[in-house]
Amino acid sequence: MVKKIMTGNIAAAWGARLSRAEVIAAYPITPQTIIVEKLAQFVSDGELKAEYLHVESEHSAMAACIAASQTGARTFTATSSQGLVLMHELLHWASGARAPIVMANVNRALAPPWSVWVEHTDMMSQRDTGWIQFYAESNQEVLDTTIMCYKLCEDKDIQLPAMIGLDAFYLSHTSEIVDIPDQEKVDKFLPKFEPAYPLDVENPLSIGSLSMPHQWYPEFRYKIQEAMERVIPKLNKIEEEFYKEFGRKYTGPLELYNTEDAEVVLIISGAATGTVKETVDILRKKGIKVGVIRLRMFRPFPSDYLVKALSKISFIGVIDRSFSFGHEGAIYSEIKASLYGLNAPLIKNFIVGMGGRDITTDTITKIYENCFSCLKNNKIDIPVEWIDIKV
Amino acid sequence: MKRAGIPTEEFIYSGHTACPGCGALLVARYLLKVLGKNTIMNIPACCFAAIPGTFPDTCLGIPLLYNAFETTAATASGVEAALKIKGKKEKINVVGFAGDGGTADIGIQALSGAIERGHEIIYVCYDNEAYMNTGMQTSSLTPKGATTTTNPLGKKGGWRTRNKKNMMDIVAAHDIPYAATVNPSYPMDFVKKIEKAKNTKGTSYIHAYSVCPTGWRYQPELGLELGRLATETGLFPLYEFENGRYIINYKKKTKEVLEYYKLQGRFRHLSEDFIKEVQEYIDKEWQKLLVKEECSNR
Repeated sequence: MVKKIMTGNIAAAWGARLSRAEVIAAYPITPQTIIVEKLAQFVSDGELKAEYLHVESEHSAMAACIAASQTGARTFTATSSQGLVLMHELLHWASGARAPIVMANVNRALAPPWSVWVEHTDMMSQRDTGWIQFYAESNQEVLDTTIMCYKLCEDKDIQLPAMIGLDAFYLSHTSEIVDIPDQEKVDKFLPKFEPAYPLDVENPLSIGSLSMPHQWYPEFRYKIQEAMERVIPKLNKIEEEFYKEFGRKYTGPLELYNTEDAEVVLIISGAATGTVKETVDILRKKGIKVGVIRLRMFRPFPSDYLVKALSKISFIGVIDRSFSFGHEGAIYSEIKASLYGLNAPLIKNFIVGMGGRDITTDTITKIYENCFSCLKNNKIDIPVEWIDIKV
Repeated sequence: MKRAGIPTEEFIYSGHTACPGCGALLVARYLLKVLGKNTIMNIPACCFAAIPGTFPDTCLGIPLLYNAFETTAATASGVEAALKIKGKKEKINVVGFAGDGGTADIGIQALSGAIERGHEIIYVCYDNEAYMNTGMQTSSLTPKGATTTTNPLGKKGGWRTRNKKNMMDIVAAHDIPYAATVNPSYPMDFVKKIEKAKNTKGTSYIHAYSVCPTGWRYQPELGLELGRLATETGLFPLYEFENGRYIINYKKKTKEVLEYYKLQGRFRHLSEDFIKEVQEYIDKEWQKLLVKEECSNR
């Protein structure tokens, strides 16, 4: 084990290297580019034995990864924002093809106006593509999740792709100390990829052909959902194994911080969780009972875990760094749906930090105050409130 | 001396769903006869996506991988890269098999990328000159004068007014190691070229003439005759682009465009003057091809 100071992008590249990705299809986009540059360097230096494809678009990157995966190779790609939404068609294809691709996505806002800064709309709008979705808080988590994702995705019971979101600049370009696990240990932890139905000239199958309404289409879809339902139990097991091997503990789909006796809990995903934790510490020192839940995973959505975690909470503030136009924040929608029919607490949506606008401890303090004020009046003034908006 | 012939082995079995007289089926049949069992075929949305049968049936004796419409060349690149890293590429042919729309329109970016990267794949465009699987809509390879469902004949004309894109020129501009036109009406020439593509280091592109009785509106039994006319008129010249050199394989340009056009319902509305214009264009293109051959072989 070696400790190094590295950005989230470099951590993602190390994750793919340690997992021994065999086919990498790469297309540059800010602020992801450093991931594919670093991987290219690893290949050029002979430190990673992989076929590196300089594809002409993210669309082709995903197409090549799907095909390589179906041929039996472990595949990796990375993208961001416009690149991810360009892939959209093929994201559906990847899960339909049951290709266990692992992809790093640097969460970035969508144009116009152009913005290269953090926002989660790029990944949130891929909600229904059949991909497992993680949102990381630290660079270490980016590296570790990449390795764990291969084990999860390639499992015979899962066979689905996963994307790992890392916030633009806050993680992608910010350096932290990261433990690089020993290759030997990773090899022991992560077995070789053995696809269930590879393309094989000795056993010629027709993969992905037409299915009439009376034939097998709904069954194929149902099987994807069955696999999705197995993801969280499998993840818990993998994290347990990871802890034993590498000594770092992850807590499944949620991370709870001071929620035990909290009156107000904020729910958030991504790197800004750190700022919320900091605010919690400040407010706790003043005797204010606040906590935060970090949503590590958006698909499959951990409804049961949230219901359990929120059972004793009086007030929930949901922070969305994305928006579903004509409605509300995506995480807010999902949490409300999870709590439907239960004795639900008051719940309010805060839209914050779009296009990379900084989320500070002041922002979060104001949000907690807003929550307490609603709690005191036992009434939500504005159910979906945009914070720090100049208009 | 042993005479080269058409391999007798078949890889397309009974049970396919192609229309009677389908050109694409004949193209695939000759293609697979030469490439043999160690072949993986990638197929986008096109007629040939429906022809081999519905899941889990297949009438092909080789593995098929279906891919999204515009991704044939990128998909084939992915298969090739995976086979390479697994040390299996040497003995396996990777084929992209797409229609004219999937090649010249929606798939051209992925094709350009794959050729430029130099993947060892054989990309075959079976050109039936329109989006036939969706019911004959115009593609950029629909010939001038043809009517389609999106260039319907109306009171003010309506037929296609542009000439076909020249895909051979486009791939040649990528410095592709091997490209060739093939026509199932000339099977010996066809198999010889597929054999060359099979042995090419790097990407090869095959542009296959592919009749479509349903879309072109002619009697299905005329398919092979139409194919011969296409080449004899110079509408579909047989030639190769090999290591930078053009080689014309059939130089007897003896027939008039009119002879070819009059057999097909899609051209029925055209005036003699219009067909004369087409004839002039084809004559010019033929001259250009002769010059390309001459210059590139100097």
